[in-house]
Amino acid sequence: MLRILSRIHHHGVLTEDLQTEDEQQIEQLGQQIQAAIERKFSGSLAIRQVDAGSCNACELEIHAVNGPHYDIERFGVHFVASPRHADVLLVTGPVSRHMETALRRTWRAMANPRYVIASGDCACTGGEFGCSYASCGAVDNVIPVDVSIPGCPPTPKQLMLGILALMYKGERA
Amino acid sequence: MTSNHRIHDFVSALAAAGALEPETLDEVAVPEAYVTVKSLSVEHWAEAARLAKAHGLRWAGCWADEVSTGYRLYVLLAANGQYVLLVAAWKEDDMPVPSQSTSYPAASRMERHMHDLLGIPWQGTTDTRRWTRHRAWEADQYPLRSNFPLQTDKTGHTPVDNHYPFEPIQGDGIYEIPVGPVHAGIIEPGHFRFQAAGEPILRLEERLGYVHKGIEKLAVGRDADSLVRLAGRVSGDSTVAYAWAAAMAIEQASGMAVSPRIQLIRGLLAERERVANHLGDIGAICNDVGFAFAHMQCQALREGWLRRNAEWTGHRLLMDVIKPGGIHCELSEDMRARLLDDHEQLRKEIRPLFDILDDHPSLEDRLLTTGYLSAATANELGVTGYVGKASGQNTDVRHDSPYGPYQNLQFSTATLEAGDVAARLAIRQMEIFSSLKLMQDMLEKLAQLPEEQMLEQDFPTPHVTGSLAIVDGWRGEILVFLRFDQQGKVVRFFPRDPSWFTWPALERIVLGNIVPDFPVCNKSVNASYSGHDL
Repeated sequence: MLRILSRIHHHGVLTEDLQTEDEQQIEQLGQQIQAAIERKFSGSLAIRQVDAGSCNACELEIHAVNGPHYDIERFGVHFVASPRHADVLLVTGPVSRHMETALRRTWRAMANPRYVIASGDCACTGGEFGCSYASCGAVDNVIPVDVSIPGCPPTPKQLMLGILALMYKGERA
Repeated sequence: MTSNHRIHDFVSALAAAGALEPETLDEVAVPEAYVTVKSLSVEHWAEAARLAKAHGLRWAGCWADEVSTGYRLYVLLAANGQYVLLVAAWKEDDMPVPSQSTSYPAASRMERHMHDLLGIPWQGTTDTRRWTRHRAWEADQYPLRSNFPLQTDKTGHTPVDNHYPFEPIQGDGIYEIPVGPVHAGIIEPGHFRFQAAGEPILRLEERLGYVHKGIEKLAVGRDADSLVRLAGRVSGDSTVAYAWAAAMAIEQASGMAVSPRIQLIRGLLAERERVANHLGDIGAICNDVGFAFAHMQCQALREGWLRRNAEWTGHRLLMDVIKPGGIHCELSEDMRARLLDDHEQLRKEIRPLFDILDDHPSLEDRLLTTGYLSAATANELGVTGYVGKASGQNTDVRHDSPYGPYQNLQFSTATLEAGDVAARLAIRQMEIFSSLKLMQDMLEKLAQLPEEQMLEQDFPTPHVTGSLAIVDGWRGEILVFLRFDQQGKVVRFFPRDPSWFTWPALERIVLGNIVPDFPVCNKSVNASYSGHDL
């Protein structure tokens, strides 16, 4: 136990380290997200992620958003296991035809109001894979999209910016 | 019997059985020190597998290709770093091809893939169900054939893949749990059908193919640059390995030599990819048994590692850094020094962390003996990479059939016999240390070589139509097969992910384990869905 505590102590709290410009931006960004979530979602935004055909790079970066450097959960954003618990569907990949129905059903299982973020170049436009016998291309071709986050894959910071963009869009609506 | 002798004896046995064709079918560029190419008559396809099995060869993948005179079938067989590539010609009015799956169970899904995409019919096969095809195209359509368009005029929704005939199981108190394709975490999609009695799993059947996005078809007509870009997206976590393998296949077919410096930098990129993925997996395995401490520690280390990737190459996951004939970024002396510091720092960080993982009672309790894969099963399925190494299979392309910079680097590969989740975790830890050692040596060698101008040059047209490259990705052995037309455009691209073998292994690994331990078993294997579904 002492060894574990010593490692934790050794690292300190990475998320509060505002030494670099980069970290400061993350903090400011997060606070803006938090304020918007506070107003619109009573302080808690639940995201359900669906990989509709990605190459799995997008998933790696979404994992990083939950890591200690970004720790998006401190701003009230958390990932949930069921679409029925989710406010936002975060979709990656071009929508493969084999995932088309699964994606649509996942979206239908969400309660209103529901939002969809298309995350990554493939989700935004079809990307490298486009439309084909096997792919429906962009998420927008299958379910309505509220916000698109470009990037191949989007970095954790771009992901956080995208979620903020959704908040602003939600405010205006 | 040494490995060379095994391949040699196998080829002699094929000749004695009258299975070999005297004429070479097509020219295929291969790493000549390790790969022998032979033409096989198609009626001896299954016989060849039986003989290979008798000679103790590992089955490393099969694929097919449409040519003007019909089809070509390929199978790659291996023994300790030596390979033999068998090529056979088949025509549509020929008899169905005798299946190799009775000798090698891992062949079944690849043969089904070949059937679904190219319409190769099999006889004597153990499983005739569709595999990659769900309901995006009809049973009598074959997307990889040249008469099938990339864009179909199909409109409307693709129906759900219902009525797939899962193997039934009957008995008192036995129940089924269908899981997926959408899983409860941030993970790729696939369907798992568990059959359980009480808590222990009696049977698991995987149903994959959900992320099939037509990669093999999309490659057709591409030039070298855009093919490598596509290869870098076969499985995003292995982008360096695939881009490297594709670039290598192109360079091989063009007779183009890559300078030692570029080889070393490519090696450095590949080892960085391996370390980043292992760090992520070590944390995630611990997280799946509730040990969040290790997950956070590993994620923090991984993040620092990825930021350095971005600083050096402009991409956190190193996508599109390797290009045919070279690389997109040089390594400055300043960055070289920073990487050396990073490695030292990472060593200092992981030693005490891994010490904790090695003797933490609650981890031991959950990971030791969980998800056991016997050496015999691993061998039968031809599993490579950390899953194989944790079950006594000492296969590592970098070591056994060294390419590029690995030819001049000393390193040893570790294997364990335990075959459980704990062993797969331990192998990842050992691989990080071995990668750090390799990167150290690479950086020292790089100090001796002057920086190179990255000239934009026209790429020579391949002078051999086919090419096969073999590299070691962080998951294990990766193959890339390419065929070009006379203008140097790609007409066939087949990347074979090591997951073709670890997915069937997972079905065995979970047997007798409790359903709640499936996530940790799955994570310890971490097979790629995208790399498999193509």
